[in-house]
Amino acid sequence: MSDLAANVTNVTSTLVHARGLTKRFGSFEAVRGIDVEVSKGEAFGFLGPNGAGKSSTMRMVSCVSPRTGGELRVLGLDPDTDGPRIRSRIGVVPQQDNLDTELTVRQNLQVYGRYFGLSRSAVREKAVELMEFAQLSDRADAEVEPLSGGMKRRLTIARSLVNDPDLLLLDEPTTGLDPQARHLLWDRLFRLKQSGVTLIITTHYMDEAEQLCDRLVVMDGGRIAAEGSPSELIRRYSTREVLELRFPPGEQSGDQVRDLAERVEVLPDRVLLYTPDGEAALAAAHARGVRPVSSLVRRSTLEDVFLRLTGRTLVD
Amino acid sequence: MDAHVLGPWRAALIAVEHQWTWYRRNWRATVISNFLQPVLFLLAMGVGFGSQVREGAATGGHPYLVYLAPALLVITAVQNAVFESTWAVFSSFKWQRTYLAMVSTPVTPAQVLHGQLLWIALRLASGTAVFLAIAAALGAITSPSAVLAVPFATLAGMAFSAPVVAFAATREKPDSFNAVFRFLVMPMTLFTGGFFPLSQLPGWVHPLAWLTPVWHGIELARGATFGTLRLLPALGHVAYLSALVALGVVLGRRYFRRRLAV
Repeated sequence: MSDLAANVTNVTSTLVHARGLTKRFGSFEAVRGIDVEVSKGEAFGFLGPNGAGKSSTMRMVSCVSPRTGGELRVLGLDPDTDGPRIRSRIGVVPQQDNLDTELTVRQNLQVYGRYFGLSRSAVREKAVELMEFAQLSDRADAEVEPLSGGMKRRLTIARSLVNDPDLLLLDEPTTGLDPQARHLLWDRLFRLKQSGVTLIITTHYMDEAEQLCDRLVVMDGGRIAAEGSPSELIRRYSTREVLELRFPPGEQSGDQVRDLAERVEVLPDRVLLYTPDGEAALAAAHARGVRPVSSLVRRSTLEDVFLRLTGRTLVD
Repeated sequence: MDAHVLGPWRAALIAVEHQWTWYRRNWRATVISNFLQPVLFLLAMGVGFGSQVREGAATGGHPYLVYLAPALLVITAVQNAVFESTWAVFSSFKWQRTYLAMVSTPVTPAQVLHGQLLWIALRLASGTAVFLAIAAALGAITSPSAVLAVPFATLAGMAFSAPVVAFAATREKPDSFNAVFRFLVMPMTLFTGGFFPLSQLPGWVHPLAWLTPVWHGIELARGATFGTLRLLPALGHVAYLSALVALGVVLGRRYFRRRLAV
């Protein structure tokens, strides 16, 4: 690596720095002035529903989409002037796979690596190592087209690592995968995190954010609604426990239980009671003659944080 | 050696290597349209139909097969460029999305375009070279200077391809590509002096033919083959074809950037 590039990383441990970052498409403002700071070694998340501006932000950070306004530095460089240099040191997993489906697994890795200036022998070795990592070694010389969604996703992630990136950007890495494939993928991402790779992840799954992110921002409507670690956010915006009371749709207004908790949210099919002690609230509700179809006491999650911040659920 | 930014030419060459990786696996699928079809044309028109044509002023004093071969070389180049410049480009934006993968590496949208054009040029050059060899084996090529027809045919093919690639980059749907074939390629194939002299057509058609890269390509290829090419007209044809290539590159850079950097 060039001395200059090495210096940039040494001088600052801030890999992404954004101030008032905006992105407009015509009259639509997808990202409305966000401030973000991501440090080396972190796993940072953008959590928000579809259309929150997460992908637009990711595409600006990955230097494929020029920003409309604001300040942006990635690895200390300006994407407007140093896009290719930044891209040579980051890995990108796009929301929609763009593998070469008519090539083999191995060829996909080798071909992609060549665009980073790696020699033929280097990409040959790297491909073997990455197929091992992505648990695709037994499919090495199979064409990509018939592979399962989970395998393709793992290959896309393996491909993004071909240049040993300082920063890995994952846009909705597990959307559309079945639970088993998701867990396998999380395991791989967790390994990367352990090995010190800086991760930026967008997701609309709160469990994914909780599993993988040290720190995250909640995005909604192109803005950042809150920032912190998953546990901080839960502490700040929710209670320790939640009592869920299920009713047939439309049969409960929540009025009967409103004073039993710090906060009550009425959803179409259930009422959520935010309280430090869920069992106690449930006993109190029963004592008042409230008869839900079912009830559940659980810990607060980022879903509750999101509901509190935006009044909406994450996944519709 | 760690990852780094490639020089602009190197990037285009790596893109060609990428295409080659695909071609090595799939070349069989392209053989019929790229090689067999033009040879069938040569046999049907040159050998079959040509046997009924008397050699004379219209054929430059050559047997019809010999008269036709250099023109067919140019027509082959343009026909071979059609698919690679429309469907293949469209797919790389929309279906396979390989261009999108390329621009998340240090490669720029302009380099993606250059790589695509360089690949098409290589396909045209190799395709016409193979066709030339087959035509020679069939006795349709009698002059060694016919090898010059290969670069001329490639240039004419690229003068068609580069603007079409730029056009393909603006398409959200592939609907118009059939029209490109029907309303551009077919008339350019039939009415530009390849199968019979332009002078047989009404005068108002001539200026239209002069606008097409095929007419200029045929003038060059035939002139080079039969040794009738004079310097000044040759320079004119090459300049016109090069201008079309340049126009395609300039527009293509703009449209590739617009499409890939949004």
